[in-house]
Amino acid sequence: MAEVLVLVDHVDGAVRKTTSELLTIARRLGEPSAVLIGAGFDAAKEALAQYGAEKVYLVESAEVTDYLVAPKAEVLAQLVASAAPAAVLISSSAEGKEIAARLAIKTESGLITDAVDVQAGDSGAVRTTQSVFAGGYTVQATVTKGTPIITVKPNSAAPEAISGAALPQVVDITISEGAKTARITDSQPRAATGRPELTEAAIVVAGGRGTAGDFSKVEEFADSLGAAVGASRAAVDAGWYPHSNQIGQTGKQVSPQLYVAAGISGAIQHRAGMQTSKTIIAINKDDEAPIFELVDFGVVGDLFTVLPQATAAVKAAKA
Amino acid sequence: MNIVVCVKHVPDAQSDRTFNESDNTTDRVGVDGLLSELDEYAIEAGLKLVESAVAGGADESMVTVLTVGPDKAADAIKKALQMGAHAGVHVNDKAIHGSDAVATSLILAEAVKKIGSPDLILTGMGSTDAAMGVVPAMLAERLGLPQVTHASELAVEGGTVTIRRDGDVASETIAASLPAVVSVTDQINEPRYPSFKGIMAAKKKPVETWSVSDLGLDAASVGLAAAWTKVESFAKRPPRAKGQIVTDEGDGGTKLAEFLSAQKFI
Repeated sequence: MAEVLVLVDHVDGAVRKTTSELLTIARRLGEPSAVLIGAGFDAAKEALAQYGAEKVYLVESAEVTDYLVAPKAEVLAQLVASAAPAAVLISSSAEGKEIAARLAIKTESGLITDAVDVQAGDSGAVRTTQSVFAGGYTVQATVTKGTPIITVKPNSAAPEAISGAALPQVVDITISEGAKTARITDSQPRAATGRPELTEAAIVVAGGRGTAGDFSKVEEFADSLGAAVGASRAAVDAGWYPHSNQIGQTGKQVSPQLYVAAGISGAIQHRAGMQTSKTIIAINKDDEAPIFELVDFGVVGDLFTVLPQATAAVKAAKA
Repeated sequence: MNIVVCVKHVPDAQSDRTFNESDNTTDRVGVDGLLSELDEYAIEAGLKLVESAVAGGADESMVTVLTVGPDKAADAIKKALQMGAHAGVHVNDKAIHGSDAVATSLILAEAVKKIGSPDLILTGMGSTDAAMGVVPAMLAERLGLPQVTHASELAVEGGTVTIRRDGDVASETIAASLPAVVSVTDQINEPRYPSFKGIMAAKKKPVETWSVSDLGLDAASVGLAAAWTKVESFAKRPPRAKGQIVTDEGDGGTKLAEFLSAQKFI
């Protein structure tokens, strides 16, 4: 069975949930081989084995991690040449898509981004599903040239545990000078909030213009549910919440089990970031807000009275 | 300083965007189009850099706006010229219809080479139609230039471009030598509106139209037939079933929690 390369998304060996989703998807297409760039194999091994990685290609060179995406694309291009995989799966983050973009050009392969489903189609061709035009359409696509290179959105598969060998295989690679041109000269870590990562969270509670800059009720409700906190572009542009929490066309695209929009009207740019959520709830003072067209449950009312009441009820139910 | 800004003419997100039934490509004719909103930030960033270069005594500084697309795409160049860009290049050829990101990046790369040797190639963070966000990386790969993407701050000094990028886990500073490909986010600036003077001046600005063969490319290397991916089918997403809407009469939060409980979220 052909290998399927999965680029591991991790920080010092702490593997993100998206990687277990990718390994699960990879098993539909062939035998999963993880590609771990950077240090941390000892920490990552169990997480990779647990979701069926048979092999783990290890690339620990600092030359790869100090620079932007180009060296990572060179690593994958070398592995595509040596392992002749059935597909390469990469998490659909900004960085993941850029690595995939360069890999596609290097290996003369078709690229599909932001897949929400990946299946083995007829005669083994990889078939993807994407959600496009702000979630207004779904598209089925295939790769017609080279090795299918596919970036997959978080929450596109339920991780299924299965035991894999996770045999390490160290990859020797020389990075070209041309790939070492854009250097990270400084990095200021963000303060941890203790909340789940926005794109991976099962529940997202987001606030908009209706918060008038006070996110405390949104955050308290989110915390009662163990949810991530998001914000509309209006709230971010007003400086009320960090851009890294923005949901929509120019922010994050999320697809959680439950999405709660508080004081968000639901412009098309916002819908582009959340329309594929499984269950949608909105709280808005304006009963004509377009967000109500999308909801499974809506409350016409003031978030400053509705959310605290809901928070108390959730806490009581969980107690 | 010479800057090329790559822009895209896209179907308006406010209109009913759809596909062509005949070949599953994006409908770019039957739907109203406009300059992709995210490209306005790249144009503004380019204009600011040229203005400060000129103020610093540089000569021969200009912004050239480059687009690939059908006749209607000329509107995207026009808007950029009205904002203050100095010249336009429109690659327009029937052979381009149906090009994927891979072919688009090939056309852009050859057009950038033909324009000359810019110090900087600026783009938006992604288009508002396909929204892949991969063309800047592909362009950098093809041109063999540093790729510096998702800039929320941008500075050029002494042959080096430095940006700040706000990532999920960290805020990073990234530096590269010129020439480089730089993409900017919607956080970087507030794009200007065209002034009346700008609108009048735009009419006199030079716009060149190039075909694929003008770029030395074989028509068979671009377009739908040369795409490395294929859209097999498309389907309009069924409208979501009408949900339950309640008006808060002092018990809205309780009802919300009851819904969560019924759906097994709590």
